[in-house]
Amino acid sequence: MAGKLPRASIPTEKTLSALTTTTYLAAEDDGFHAPSLVDFFPPAILFEDTIFEFNRVNLVQLIMTIAVASFFIIAFRNPKIVPRGIQNLGELAVNFVQVQIIDTIMGASGRRYLPYMVTLFFFILAMNIAGVIPFLNLAGTSVVAIPMMLAVLAWVVFNAAGIRKHGFGSYMKSNLFPPGVPKLIYVLLTPIEFLSTFILRPITLTIRLLANMMAGHLMLVLFFSGANYLLLDADTVLKPFGLGAVAMGFFITAFEILVAVLQAYIFTLLTALYIAGAESESH
Amino acid sequence: MVHAAEGDVPEGIDLFIPPWYDIFWSAVMFVALFWIFWKFVLPNMKKALAARSEGIEQKLEQAEVERSEAQALLAQYREQLAEARADAAQIRADAQSERQSIVAEARTEAQEAAAAVTERAEVQLSAEADRVRNVLSRDVGRLATELAEKIVGETLDEQKVNATVERFISDLETVAADGETVAADGQETR
Repeated sequence: MAGKLPRASIPTEKTLSALTTTTYLAAEDDGFHAPSLVDFFPPAILFEDTIFEFNRVNLVQLIMTIAVASFFIIAFRNPKIVPRGIQNLGELAVNFVQVQIIDTIMGASGRRYLPYMVTLFFFILAMNIAGVIPFLNLAGTSVVAIPMMLAVLAWVVFNAAGIRKHGFGSYMKSNLFPPGVPKLIYVLLTPIEFLSTFILRPITLTIRLLANMMAGHLMLVLFFSGANYLLLDADTVLKPFGLGAVAMGFFITAFEILVAVLQAYIFTLLTALYIAGAESESH
Repeated sequence: MVHAAEGDVPEGIDLFIPPWYDIFWSAVMFVALFWIFWKFVLPNMKKALAARSEGIEQKLEQAEVERSEAQALLAQYREQLAEARADAAQIRADAQSERQSIVAEARTEAQEAAAAVTERAEVQLSAEADRVRNVLSRDVGRLATELAEKIVGETLDEQKVNATVERFISDLETVAADGETVAADGQETR
């Protein structure tokens, strides 16, 4: 990590975020590696400067994708009528999405979205959980690409579902001009509805997931590198505090596992909710 | 997008603009995973679940069939048991009546045999009695004649003597018959 620091610490006049400032300060003190945004933008490994450029984050994403794919392929490689071992786990996993997200939000008509929803949930979950896996230590969703791509996909899918169900005109009308409101209110309501449905939904989806994962990583790095510094390099007086930092690091790791599951669940749930809303008869 | 190459740290709004290569890899991985779920995992799971439902249905149907079969068998056994019981009762009743008829027949036969024996004995007895009576009447007549000759001392007219003897004997018989009746009466009352 130390090798990357000089690149990040080149002083710029537009030091917009406090985090960048921390990075700058951290570079001066070799004893303590403060968490910084540098972690999210590692140098390229392969194909530098092309569209195929591949860095550490992409490697984490690839490993997790292969892990999830392998798990499900092994689980259902030779499905038995009476499930054994890993097939039980696989069925449980798929059933969770089917029952907790599709059946409760979309009802029976949501079954055709099962492949999309299952992929969405386990893709995000795998990317998130990579943040607490040793040696990976970085969530695949802590750079903007995956959250944004998934949010845009959700936007396309829910709008396509609504337009296919109701036709473009009636879909837009029911979204922008909700019935049962005095005509004059539309002056206010329509821009708000447009903004919230067509602009803010993908943005909030993206930022909720991205910010959670970034913050989680920063907290983990803060407590673990802090513990490392306090226990090994700090004055004797400060060393006991290192134990506190270790305990906090442990606590944050557990918390991050919860957040990883929760954020995957929320992202998938909201996507399902948007699709169900777009398809429902009355908005 | 300019920051993409060197791993520089983007600032401000650039944090939220992903480099193209990142989007490319994310999309590739998502599509790959989607394809695996869509074409392999979910169809396989659906197949397994369908097979499971079908298996359970078959088992239930089979159990139903077996249950009704067992019930039919049970009913059949019960019927057979009832039949067997009725048969046994019938046989017992038949045996009972047969025994009665056999006994009655045996009794009749015995009675007939006894009657025949009695009859034969009676015939024999009466024949014996007749013979005895003849012997007696001849002997008694001769004896009486001899006695009378001895007493009277002369030969008596044969014809007259015979008549006397016969009268005497018939008197005797009357007396004997009375005695017999009395004897029979005495036996009955005893």
